[in-house]
Amino acid sequence: MDHISQVLWQFLVKWLTNFALFPPEASKIAPQMDALYFFIVLVSLIGLTIVVLLITSFSVLYSKRRHPVAVQIEGSTLLEATWTIIPLGLFLMMFVWGALIYFRVYTPPANAMNIYVVGKQWMWKAEHPGGQHEINSLHVPTGQPVQLTLISQDVFHSFSIPAFRVKREAIPGRYTTVWFEPTVPGTYHLFCTQYCGTEHSHMIGDVVVMTPEDYKKWLASSTSGMSLAQNGERLFASLSCTACHNTRPDARGPSLANVYGATLTLTSGQRITADDAYLREAILNPSQHITQGYAPIMPTYQGQVSEEGVFALVEYIKHLDSDYRVQQTTATTTLLPESEGAAAKPASAQREVKP
Amino acid sequence: MSDSTVITYDAQAGEEHEHPSYQRHHFETIGQQNDATNFAMWLFLLTEIMFFGGLFTAYLIYRNWYYPAFVAASHQLDIFWGGLNTLLLITSSFTMAMGVWSAEMRKQGALVLCLTLTFVLGLGFLGIKTIEYREKFEKHHVPGLHYSVQSFTNPASDPEIEREYRDKPLPPDMATHTELYFFLYFAMTGMHALHMIIGICILGFMIVRARAGAYTGGHLAFVENFGLYWHFVDIVWIFLFPLLYLISRHQ
Amino acid sequence: MSETIVSLPDQETASIPKMNYLSKENGLLSWLLTSDHKRIAILYLISISFFFFIGGSLAALIRLELLTPQSDLMATDTYNKVFSMHGIVMVFFFLVPSVPATLGNFFLPMMLGAKDLALPKVNLLSWYLYMVAGVLALYSMAAGGVDTGWTFTTPLSTHYVNTHVITTGMAIFVAGFSSIFTGLNFIVTIHKMRAPGMTWFRMPLFIWAHYAASILMVLGTPVLAIALVLVVLERTVGIGVFDPAKGGDPLLFQHLFWFYSHPAVYIMILPGMGVISEVISTFSRKRVFGYTAVAFSSVAIAVFGFFVWAHHMFIMGISSYSVLVFSLLTMLVAVPSAIKIFNWAFTLYKGSITFETPMLYAFGFMGLFTIGGMTGVFLGTSGTDIHLTETYFIVAHFHFVMVGGMLMAFLAGLHFWWPKMTGRMYPEKISQLAALITFIGFNFTFFPQFILGTLGMPRRYASYPAEFQVLNVLSTAGASILGVGYLLPVFYLLWSLKYGAIAGENPWQATGLEWQTQSPPLTENFTEIPVMDHEAYDYEWLERQKEKEVPSVG
Repeated sequence: MDHISQVLWQFLVKWLTNFALFPPEASKIAPQMDALYFFIVLVSLIGLTIVVLLITSFSVLYSKRRHPVAVQIEGSTLLEATWTIIPLGLFLMMFVWGALIYFRVYTPPANAMNIYVVGKQWMWKAEHPGGQHEINSLHVPTGQPVQLTLISQDVFHSFSIPAFRVKREAIPGRYTTVWFEPTVPGTYHLFCTQYCGTEHSHMIGDVVVMTPEDYKKWLASSTSGMSLAQNGERLFASLSCTACHNTRPDARGPSLANVYGATLTLTSGQRITADDAYLREAILNPSQHITQGYAPIMPTYQGQVSEEGVFALVEYIKHLDSDYRVQQTTATTTLLPESEGAAAKPASAQREVKP
Repeated sequence: MSDSTVITYDAQAGEEHEHPSYQRHHFETIGQQNDATNFAMWLFLLTEIMFFGGLFTAYLIYRNWYYPAFVAASHQLDIFWGGLNTLLLITSSFTMAMGVWSAEMRKQGALVLCLTLTFVLGLGFLGIKTIEYREKFEKHHVPGLHYSVQSFTNPASDPEIEREYRDKPLPPDMATHTELYFFLYFAMTGMHALHMIIGICILGFMIVRARAGAYTGGHLAFVENFGLYWHFVDIVWIFLFPLLYLISRHQ
Repeated sequence: MSETIVSLPDQETASIPKMNYLSKENGLLSWLLTSDHKRIAILYLISISFFFFIGGSLAALIRLELLTPQSDLMATDTYNKVFSMHGIVMVFFFLVPSVPATLGNFFLPMMLGAKDLALPKVNLLSWYLYMVAGVLALYSMAAGGVDTGWTFTTPLSTHYVNTHVITTGMAIFVAGFSSIFTGLNFIVTIHKMRAPGMTWFRMPLFIWAHYAASILMVLGTPVLAIALVLVVLERTVGIGVFDPAKGGDPLLFQHLFWFYSHPAVYIMILPGMGVISEVISTFSRKRVFGYTAVAFSSVAIAVFGFFVWAHHMFIMGISSYSVLVFSLLTMLVAVPSAIKIFNWAFTLYKGSITFETPMLYAFGFMGLFTIGGMTGVFLGTSGTDIHLTETYFIVAHFHFVMVGGMLMAFLAGLHFWWPKMTGRMYPEKISQLAALITFIGFNFTFFPQFILGTLGMPRRYASYPAEFQVLNVLSTAGASILGVGYLLPVFYLLWSLKYGAIAGENPWQATGLEWQTQSPPLTENFTEIPVMDHEAYDYEWLERQKEKEVPSVG
């Protein structure tokens, strides 16, 4: 009897995994979202059962054969109130619960590690802070909150990982973010879920969740040697940003050391927090984001630097934590004649490198 | 209830035609007809408000985001022409209202005069708009048609405007946003002008009919309802003028 | 079901009344230049049926492609065009006009005791605008179609496709005005042309539903119009309004588009709900339970429906606080629909119920709309929306409410009022069979899609991971059954025009002024304007009428 039940068990497991009703739960938020989902399923089933029961029982009890004369009933305020208030109450409960989950999904914890993702027709490019690049795949470790900073190079895309229960639109022109904490190693689907043209159905990939040790190994083996911030530094220098953003007392632009996360006052008087979005806007639409006290002379880099390049610059500025670091950058001569958007002016403007 | 034994019934034969000739057969009284058509026109104007509403929304958002560009671009519009147009249109609303009154008073001559004046004023408005559009075209301020931001990055290249406003030059990224202003300018005034053209055509038709006495025999619903339409077109302009022409005009 | 309330005149001696709106004038021009709301309704019926089958053929192509995981039946570009055109044709050329332009046009004046709509010529204009729009859309399809999806998302539609966006956009623009004029006509008629004694709360609920839908048509559609104009301008002139490189915002298009397109779904469903009220009442011989609640819930849906549009944009980067507001409002708009379902269910209580075809469709509506509506709650709940949006869950949700809901209601109404419009009864047995086939086919087609969506299968995919194939095959199998269910009525309804039983004035013994005149009706509807001296759904009044009536000879 034993091995028969074993066979049955294997069959059952195979059957269940092949006829799954929901994707694997591979992130911390997944079971929380599933709990709400199943609550709504339950409420829906009960509601449907009630409606179907009412219809069938009334149809049977009050069919013309059994109940030839109808009794005219105007209504019942009590019943109306009941089936107004109970659904409303249930819906409001779902609203609150759902809102909590929503906020949880889109509010990353402070210790989240950031991975930049750019979507373009028809692929996803992920950039790890250590400089690892991935196309149509994403390697992440378990037990570590991971934030994705998303943007599109062209049209709307949407980054979806069903196993994590997260999804976020990648929009041209602004950053969007989402975070998750993977829990179960494995390979899961990555889909683009916003229709984006011909190859929309092929803009798919794999999310590979690894244990922290495996992840470290992968990082080591996939790096090009330069971190994203280092790439950003090179770009910063080659685009002549150092001409104004240096530590000299008469510098035409503010030093960017420790600017990330700081509260700035703009020329309009507005106070803003210098986050990723601000940094991006300051590079691409500078005239509206000039810090107070500086002339609006920064040129726009729109069209000269791709979104990946902006990621690199933003990552660099995020890690710029001291004047010394700034001086190090300023001391860098133009290295890359063919780098992204090397509309670098010739050396004359940036010769002054005295710390 | 009427019994249904009567099979052949000719609607026209048995009916007494007690109602005026201009009452349509599906209305019971002329009052009901006038009520209904008037209400229909008000509803139609409500849909027009929603239609323009989309453009006003876009204006709201982009003006909020790119205020300096909107200021500089708005200075390109000539207040003289805009103000004159406003005057023409308000006057035409007055002549239109007088036309409705003339029709009520059954004064055919006055009605034709008022409608003709409204017509002429409307044409004048469109004529001035042509002058303005032409100027924009010459200065390369038409979005999509070799649009140039030179007047904004280098105000000195535009001596007239510079003399009047002494605007500072806009940074290049802000200057590109002036194209959004001009798109809104052309879309909103263009949509408005389209409604004016339709109105003027209907006015032309009305003048011909008025001369034949169609509206001074007690049936002036058409004139009244058209008056509503014309006033609406006027009111849209009353909103457009300050929003487009009067952004930060104080020195 | 041998119990039936059908009461037909003696078939040996009965005949279609010689003088009616169909026989009054003959010739093509008399139809193309008619101002009779009933003829216009028939013109619309033919046109929307035509477009329904075009949209249906496109659906068949979609389901055929999705039988296999690979994109092997047609090129991916072609598939993208097929689903785009399916959505555009079904939404704008079938669902939006379906009940209002056919049954609404035909019966709104009659139910009010009026001789026509307030603006008959505008009504005809509506139909011509619809036909012009239809021709433009057909031309666009023939010339290669559009592949932006029915949602025309920018900047894809403005900068990244080479297909006939402008032609299709213009077609929808024109169709929009057809819809606006219909709604305008209805509102004026309801306000100004009710028969003496017909107070607002004596109107049939069908009218209330159309009133609410008309408000949405009139106020919402112009915003779609301007959104499309902006897309066309962006494509042709390059104004930059949706282009981030020029400072524009693609999200602005989303707001403008959904500001109409959400109320649009209520435009589509409310008239269907009106039909259900009439059918449930007639086939239980009872006044609708809670008349006032049902009437007000229609208006509530219309009002709230304007304030929930951004629930289509929860993951698009709008602020979390907006999400809170729109999610809350979405919960509020769900409540009136729930109220209606319960009111209809309780109309059955202590009624005298028969199960003719319209009633079967109505029951189908109630079950399927309940499922569709509840799945809407999954999506309005912001937390679960994250996982379910942009997947097949959405596709299943809207097909449940639109096809399981609206289309069933349309078929219910078509069968219910067929005898009044044509003077003939449809064949009952085969129509009941068709209703059953439709119900079964529908569930097999769309229920698996909920599961596919939960599993993560994205929408608008020409190819998909192999593990999703079983459910897709199930769905396609269901679709073939569903297709049979929809084709059958074409045949038997056309058959009935020649061979159906003579219906007489009131085969269902319904209340409602439209049932107190001959079938088919006279052109002017009533020989004299009736006076409404009783409440809606007053079956006791009907009993008294029958006692007074002299049996008629057709």
